[in-house]
Amino acid sequence: MTAKKKKSPKAPPSAFTEKTVPPITDNPERSDTKAHEQIPLESIEAPKNLPAHGIWVYIEQLQGEVAPVSWELMGVGRQLADKLNCPLSGVLLGHDIQPLTELAFQYGADTLYAIDDPMLKPYTNECHSIALVQLCQAHHPEILLIGATTTGRDLSGSVATALRTGLTADCTQLDVDVDNRKLLQTRPAFGGNILATILCRDRWPQMATVRPRVFSKPEKQPERSGAVVWSDLGLDPSKTVMEVVERILDERTEGYLDEADIIVAGGRGLGSKDNFKLVEKLAQAIGGMIGASRPAVESGWAPYSHQVGQTGLTVRPKLYIAAGISGAIQHLVGMQNSDVIVAINKDPDAPIFRVATYGIVGDAATLLPAITQELGARMHGAPLGTERQL
Amino acid sequence: MNIAVCLKQVPDTSEVRINPKTNTLMREGIPSIINPYDVHALEEALTIRDRLGGRVTVLTMGPPQATDSLRKAISYGADHAILLTDRAFAGSDTLATSYILAGALGRLMDREPLDLIFCGKQAIDGDTAQVGPGIASRLGWPLLTYVTKIDGIDPTNQVFQVQRKIEVGREVVRCRLPALVTVVKEINEIRYAPLPDLIRAAHYPVEVWTNADLGLDASQLGLKGSPTWVNKISTPPMREKGEVLAGSDVAPAETARILADKLIPHIVVPNR
Ligand SMILES: Cc1cc2nc3c(=O)[nH]c(=O)nc-3n(C[C@H](O)[C@H](O)[C@H](O)COP(=O)(O)OP(=O)(O)OC[C@H]3O[C@@H](n4cnc5c(N)ncnc54)[C@H](O)[C@@H]3O)c2cc1C
Ligand SMILES: Nc1ncnc2c1ncn2[C@@H]1O[C@H](COP(=O)(O)O)[C@@H](O)[C@H]1O
Repeated sequence: MTAKKKKSPKAPPSAFTEKTVPPITDNPERSDTKAHEQIPLESIEAPKNLPAHGIWVYIEQLQGEVAPVSWELMGVGRQLADKLNCPLSGVLLGHDIQPLTELAFQYGADTLYAIDDPMLKPYTNECHSIALVQLCQAHHPEILLIGATTTGRDLSGSVATALRTGLTADCTQLDVDVDNRKLLQTRPAFGGNILATILCRDRWPQMATVRPRVFSKPEKQPERSGAVVWSDLGLDPSKTVMEVVERILDERTEGYLDEADIIVAGGRGLGSKDNFKLVEKLAQAIGGMIGASRPAVESGWAPYSHQVGQTGLTVRPKLYIAAGISGAIQHLVGMQNSDVIVAINKDPDAPIFRVATYGIVGDAATLLPAITQELGARMHGAPLGTERQL
Repeated sequence: MNIAVCLKQVPDTSEVRINPKTNTLMREGIPSIINPYDVHALEEALTIRDRLGGRVTVLTMGPPQATDSLRKAISYGADHAILLTDRAFAGSDTLATSYILAGALGRLMDREPLDLIFCGKQAIDGDTAQVGPGIASRLGWPLLTYVTKIDGIDPTNQVFQVQRKIEVGREVVRCRLPALVTVVKEINEIRYAPLPDLIRAAHYPVEVWTNADLGLDASQLGLKGSPTWVNKISTPPMREKGEVLAGSDVAPAETARILADKLIPHIVVPNR
């Protein structure tokens, strides 16, 4: 269950209005008219080195739902702001976003910079990057953090270039050097084999994106509040160059893997699709979701949306059970922040045991059914995964 | 339709090994490939050209060896190839790289108009996904990232329509031409040219541009023009060593019991 697929009764069935635009078919007749009016970011003056202050977190929202990574960033942003002794602010762009504003404060923001404009209703790179650039130029944040979602990465690359500043993608650790007021941006390089700490010199804001679930979500503090600074977008709607015609959301009958509290994952060591079902049974018994290593996905035992690791998802559940997974670095980078890790592997030297809280050396095909039975029989309260979000 | 494709030569990272003692990359013998996403970008450009006419130009910024990747692109069917190489370009981060590529594309457009620029979603050696957006921003062109499908192109009215991947599904976007598009692998299947034009590729006069040709501001190139720099390299921290619960000599049911004792507190919401 995730908040994303819940439909709020207040909002119209789809908050997103579909445009009825006829499909474009290829028209090979070449025209040499090159008349197009764009809004060149280039025309926006690059920021002067004015004293910058404050940490900003971009609050990503789609149809009134905030991407959880935004609150995770608010959590780490709070720690950095306290170290630097500066304010923490959220940035919220969209239309009819008033109901979301108080959440920013409850998750830790001191201030919220917001623009409410119909042109910001569906995310487009064009309008959202201009809006964010305008706010940065007006208020000079020192650090700007953005979630490394498809939208966040689309936006951050444009904004960093327009502001002529540095950007570090997919950070897994963030810290600050208080004396130099530098953001220490650590990210995996070369397939996770090494970590590189990257700094940005003489340009502001220092920009970083962070993958979902790398940091944990802070507790909501319902009593917190703060001031919203509203700005205008001031763009001419007739000059836009792109338009979202339609948005097709994935049908999800289950939650998102990267929001699950319990994940039972299987790897090549399970040997067959039938054995992989043992993973599904255990997941079901304890209210978890299934995860998979890349070979398990490639063999068709699990869909790609369940792949954990460098080319899949980063997850951070309370419990991660890895059965028949060797623990290659590309898998570990996606799950090593889980609270409790159980590894079941018949090879006592498998690298997965280096990250496991509890390791069991043995055959997963016989252990999984035994564990399913034992845990199923002994669970008295509700399994953790069954009553989330409700 | 004139299309430019930015492609990068990258080490085949599935072969990259780290020397555990020195923490450095063991580069010896690692083959170079065209960044896999860029191959899909090229494929899409060739398909559109074959349908609508026009020219496909491939560009890469890199050391002289990157010519190999350009020749490969010619063998697949690209019409023209340009190598951007200069000592002054070395050490560029994504901000400087996009400056150089945008400069070169601007130069190319002095010669022939471009309707589309294709990039890969990201380069597998850095995974930044920043250069495509950077080029678009510098040119003032519309940007469409994570494109999974090009639905239609209308050169007369200078518009086209794409599908792009978003976190929770996909969306259809209609956009003015010219535009910059970054592609994911799902956009197409690579159909290798039935007879890769190896002879043409081997003899193709790859154009080489240095900064003398581009006349870019030297302070924005290479290390000098790169705000980001690597301050420290380290190995990922390991978690504390865990506890081995049971070995293979213990019965599965007994092991399950021991494990359950440990896990129940983590997985059950206590009855209140
Ligand atoms: C660029 C790149 C990106 C990658 N991205 C990812 C990624 O996102 N996610 C990912 O997972 N991988 C990724 N990989 C692949 C990764 O390197 C490993 O190959 C992969 O994780 C191994 O999967 P595995 O552990 O299931 O299989 P294996 O490495 O084959 O391990 C199987 C394990 O099962 C054990 N086993 C065998 N039989 C049994 C049994 N009966 N009971 C218990 N244990 C048993 C074996 O001892 C072994 O340890 C990537 C690789 C590259 C190069
Ligand atoms: N040196 C380069 N030469 C040509 N194209 C590049 C270069 N670097 C990056 N690109 C393009 O930009 C895309 C994204 O790269 P990156 O931002 O490095 O992940 C790649 O898929 C290429 O299309």
